[in-house]
Amino acid sequence: MLGQIGIYSLYITSIISVFLIFSSLFFKRNLDENFNSRIFSLISIQLFMVLLSFCCLIYAFIISDFSIETVFNNSHTNKPLFYKISGTWGNHEGSLLLWLLVLTIFLFVFFIYSKNLLFKYRLLTVFFQEIIILGFLLFILLTSNPFSNLYPIPKEGNGLNPILQDPALAIHPPILYLGYVGTSIIFSSSLAALIAGLDNKIWASHIKKWVIVSWIFLTLGIMLGSIWAYYELGWGGFWFWDPVENVSLMPWFCLTALFHTIIVLEKRKIFQSWAIILSIATFSLSMSGTFLVRSGILNSIHTFANDPSRGIFILCFLFILIFLAIFIFFIYQNNISENLYKPYLVSKETSIMVNNLFMMFFLAVVLIGTVYPIFLEVINGSKISIGPPFYHKLIMPLLIPFLFFMAIGPNFKWIKDSLNKINIQQLFFLLISILVSFIFIKKNDVSFLLSLPLFGVGIFLFLLTIKDFVSDKSHISKKISHFGFSIFILSILFNGILSKEYSANMRVGDERVFMNKTIKFENLKIVQGQNYQSVVGLFKIIEEGKVLDFNPEIRVYAQPETITSEADISTSIFSDNFLVFNILKNNGYYNVRYQIKPFMMWIWISIIIISTGGILSFFRKNG
Amino acid sequence: MVKNFKLIIFIILGLFIFFVLLNALKNNNNYLPDKISQDIETSFTARLLYKNDVVSLQELIQNNDLSIINIWASWCLPCRDEHVYLLNLKLNHNVNVIGINYKDTKANAKKFLEEFGNPYSQILLDPDGTKSIELGAYGVPETFLLNTKSRKIIKKYIGPLDNVKFDEILKIIKNEKI
Repeated sequence: MLGQIGIYSLYITSIISVFLIFSSLFFKRNLDENFNSRIFSLISIQLFMVLLSFCCLIYAFIISDFSIETVFNNSHTNKPLFYKISGTWGNHEGSLLLWLLVLTIFLFVFFIYSKNLLFKYRLLTVFFQEIIILGFLLFILLTSNPFSNLYPIPKEGNGLNPILQDPALAIHPPILYLGYVGTSIIFSSSLAALIAGLDNKIWASHIKKWVIVSWIFLTLGIMLGSIWAYYELGWGGFWFWDPVENVSLMPWFCLTALFHTIIVLEKRKIFQSWAIILSIATFSLSMSGTFLVRSGILNSIHTFANDPSRGIFILCFLFILIFLAIFIFFIYQNNISENLYKPYLVSKETSIMVNNLFMMFFLAVVLIGTVYPIFLEVINGSKISIGPPFYHKLIMPLLIPFLFFMAIGPNFKWIKDSLNKINIQQLFFLLISILVSFIFIKKNDVSFLLSLPLFGVGIFLFLLTIKDFVSDKSHISKKISHFGFSIFILSILFNGILSKEYSANMRVGDERVFMNKTIKFENLKIVQGQNYQSVVGLFKIIEEGKVLDFNPEIRVYAQPETITSEADISTSIFSDNFLVFNILKNNGYYNVRYQIKPFMMWIWISIIIISTGGILSFFRKNG
Repeated sequence: MVKNFKLIIFIILGLFIFFVLLNALKNNNNYLPDKISQDIETSFTARLLYKNDVVSLQELIQNNDLSIINIWASWCLPCRDEHVYLLNLKLNHNVNVIGINYKDTKANAKKFLEEFGNPYSQILLDPDGTKSIELGAYGVPETFLLNTKSRKIIKKYIGPLDNVKFDEILKIIKNEKI
């Protein structure tokens, strides 16, 4: 029953979608109010239908209706309610339905908030957006129906992969999707604005809000994924340069570049073509991310199912969209009415261009690192894997000038400024930063060449942003974000330089000494969880009379059979202590890994600060 | 002219990427471990479905040269598909098929066998799934062909049996008996 409601509402949605595509393409020149409200009501019905379908699926998960295959494959009656609900989007079919839902919600919101703009522009945005919606609908209906029936009805489901049963991961996909799908609106509206010849200033100030919203959600989504990797996977890191992590990072670089460019476009009416190219690229990268993750080309936790037909569909869809965008861009290029003057070398325009160049460089590094192995395998059949060293070597040196420009760039004026403004104060700050960094590096005995300047500019950015807070109260959102970024870089550096790790094979009763700390393995106990059994290790770490208890777990889930290691992490403001243990095959020994990770907390805090800047700028009236 | 040239370059580049990715889709990305352990632990004991005795797997297979161990459950749908092959093996080829009933209730298991027929010479109960893990199973259904003397796994099928796998099993049985 639920399945039928769900699937029929999707059919209705696709009919509406086809109708909207045609009516927006062949609309009459003499528009009346009726037409506008008819489009609006169709969009509302469409939203309602997708929402209905999605609710059906959630409800089916809640009541464990195993007559629906998706529920059978991903749920289990004795799973906690929270994870039953999050299981809805923890699988391929359900997550696509979520995509679709967000697409329709965003279109609805867009249509409401663009009332006073050119009608042709709105209609064309609806047109492009409906093409994307229809593409996803066909994808769902043809290759991954979330409501396919099972008969006879099984009594029990297969369960959700326990590694996905984590609060951060439960909300990670929806948040990330809000970011991804937000870029679809940017894509559609940039093409629409190009065709309709909308004044670029109006377009920029209208689409800016959408760029900011997508950017905030994308940032938070990436952070949640990273938090999950840190706490759940128990490898002791927060970013592994895994291809799947990279595909979420690539649109972020693009979007960040767009975020800055759109400000220039709004203020100075230049860089319009660049902004449009960035809009297209951002969305294409989000879509390729989906393609790479879903098609099974990349092997990872996010790969839900290896079904080649899905891969081919989404690949064709992706390229149809990209080619469509390129053609439209070339055909309507003449509509672009940007100012074609060259900005002065020392000006805000230039410094934003510099930001864009760096973003493009980082994007290129990550893009090559991610797709190169795929290309190589196809072309000459050799398998290689690109790991963190590649990214570190290429990104780290370029971070130095990047941070430096980030520190001084925002203070330049529009149009033309002079270098005389670089005053004694700034030089003084730079000197202090280098000095502090020198002392720190010397004390901790790390290699000079890269760490010294990197650390130096990190501190420089930190000091300058603080100084700007004090001296000038305007542009508060930008300052918060840049300040957050300086903390982000500094905490990563501290974390990288000061981290300590100790690993040993221990039995119950063993004691080891590591950096004036004693690690004691006291006992084991078996605990029954709601849907798992776990072996809990009782560890004590004694340091100068202070005793810390650690209880890492090894969980054995019944449905499906999986063993996961849960690290015990004691978090404090300045450092994380991280203890994880694993079963070894021989007689009672366990592999114990103890890590001290300073400033872990600050990485998350800084990302939240960065996003806060974005949120503030969203709510600012005219900025 | 320059504009068209740019467009053409874009399209060629796009098509190139498209075909590379299309080819990448064909590569199989299911990495299985190269070597699946051939030894099998048959000494564990479990309760029988129809009697209340506890026996070891070893006892059940020691009188035959070749045994098949099949892990199944009444709630498992693919198990229903492969059931006919197991019945065939038992009735027409006289193979010793041992069932391991995975995470099931006795009542449901019995009802399942009444409905579809019983291909097993004996059925061991594995209500919590631990025995199957000891056997190295991934999930249900799973079928092992076992050489009893050497206690080696000849063949292991993950997922339901089908025509192709069935023919392969028949070939193996022929070879082993000679």
